[in-house]
Amino acid sequence: MRSDRISIDHRIIYGIVEPGSRVLDLGCGDGELMYLLAKDKAARVQGIEIDDEAIYKCVAKGLSVFHGDIDSGLKEYPDKSFDYVILNQSMQQVKKADFVIQEGLRVGKKLIVGFPNFGSVNARISIFFKGKTPITPSLPYRWYNTPNLHFLTISDFKSYCAERDVKILDTYYLGDDKIVKIWPNLLALNAIFVLAK
Amino acid sequence: MKNTDGATGTLYFNFAEHPEGLRLASGKKLGPITLAYEAYGTLNKEKTNAILVCHALSGDAHAAGRREGDDAPGWWDDLIGPGKAMDTKKYFVICSNTIGGCRGSTGPASVNPSTGRPYGLDFPIITIEDMVNAQKFLIDHLGIKKLLCVVGGSMGGMQALQWVASYPERVQSAIPIATALKHSPQQIAFSEVGRQAVMADPAWNKGDYYDRADKPKNGLAVARMIGHITYMSDESMEKKFSRRLKDKDYNFDFTADFEVEGYLRYRGDNFVKRFDANSYLYLTKALDYFDLSDGRLIPKDRKVDVRFLVIAFKSDWLYPAYQSQEIVRQLKIAGQDATYCEVKSTYGHDAFLLEVDEETHLIKHFLDKTFHGYDVVREYEI
Repeated sequence: MRSDRISIDHRIIYGIVEPGSRVLDLGCGDGELMYLLAKDKAARVQGIEIDDEAIYKCVAKGLSVFHGDIDSGLKEYPDKSFDYVILNQSMQQVKKADFVIQEGLRVGKKLIVGFPNFGSVNARISIFFKGKTPITPSLPYRWYNTPNLHFLTISDFKSYCAERDVKILDTYYLGDDKIVKIWPNLLALNAIFVLAK
Repeated sequence: MKNTDGATGTLYFNFAEHPEGLRLASGKKLGPITLAYEAYGTLNKEKTNAILVCHALSGDAHAAGRREGDDAPGWWDDLIGPGKAMDTKKYFVICSNTIGGCRGSTGPASVNPSTGRPYGLDFPIITIEDMVNAQKFLIDHLGIKKLLCVVGGSMGGMQALQWVASYPERVQSAIPIATALKHSPQQIAFSEVGRQAVMADPAWNKGDYYDRADKPKNGLAVARMIGHITYMSDESMEKKFSRRLKDKDYNFDFTADFEVEGYLRYRGDNFVKRFDANSYLYLTKALDYFDLSDGRLIPKDRKVDVRFLVIAFKSDWLYPAYQSQEIVRQLKIAGQDATYCEVKSTYGHDAFLLEVDEETHLIKHFLDKTFHGYDVVREYEI
């Protein structure tokens, strides 16, 4: 494994998932994370992805993927059919985020959620001083071409978990290429939560 | 068994001797049965590299290679051969004509052992399940315990699904393409219009026409024309024909003015040269009777471990993508390993014969993984 070329969020999730786990990756993209988990951790992985090109890349890696959207893709899975459901960098792009999180918690024993932190210091500076919608390393889009439908901070997500009775098993706060140890809601670009119901 | 280019031609396998025969879903018996089949590539010593290709309504055993004197190669030659999706340097590919057909296998045009005359309508109604049961005799005969893959489009896809439902322990993977767990009322309606066209032809004579000079050509040609319309899409017809005329101006009569009319007539007339009208009735009936919905795809009382690649095409309105998604839903419920891809295409249902690049990519990698496990991608650069 060439760890220097793997993004920090994938390294974190790779570390969380135990060998041999059953994993469902929602919005799996090119399947890089699934491939790592399947190959090195003998995980039984499956993905859901909407983009045609990404599907072809997953198949080229020998991965099992469903071509479709996450919002309607989970209904048929029996309860707890996966050890881990991964919702990394895709939660902010689904239409019904609450529904997908709850469904993820139903079909998975644990849900790993990764999202860009809208409360990071550069985002705050952009809004407060420049009066502009933030463009940061984790939120690189302009207002007119962003795939993101939901903008949230780490603090927002913690409130959500409290309101919806979701247990937070673990949290990881990420900077550019390292873990952020202090003031995550201000300093982290991305967050990864491990959740259970 | 060696046959690398299909040049050795069609082989014939005989079984189910009269009077025992093969017991059919209807309760009736059929025998003796001949299956026409072709094979490409070499069966390995362990007999683990065999792929069964199932053909669609009008297909036959000649899936690949070019026979002397033919102007076109086999119907899926784009996907079967050395270096192709089903690489005959690695895999042993078998294709058999279904029972009920008219391209070498036992069907309504075959001789009924009880009367010494062609069956006609005395031929029993057959189902997709019966077709697969017959194929299983061939696979047994070839000494293959477990097929690496069963693959097919449309009616061929139904056979692939039926193989999993009937003999899950004999199948390692399945690739149903542009198909469904059951025909919708719209699909049954198109089948029925085709059958009515055949039966409305006076030459059909209640299916008893084999000894006559006059065959129900007109009826079968109309049935085929209707079929062709359902195999294309609005967009593919616009591209192929638009409103182009055969001549400079309208003829102001009922000859074929438009190119699309000429095309349909040509395809209809060509079809009757190679296809039996009664077979058309029997095979469309088999399509309509097929139903693996309501949990019948994956038998609950048996351990099923089959990998699936389900392929649909966006512009296919005869077998719309929602029907493939329904297959996938059943697989998710049953916890089977599956990949689903909806290929962008404007060709309509015909896409399964025409979208060669996309199908090659999907099928080639899927078979690689099924055959080798992750070894085959171990060198992939992360």
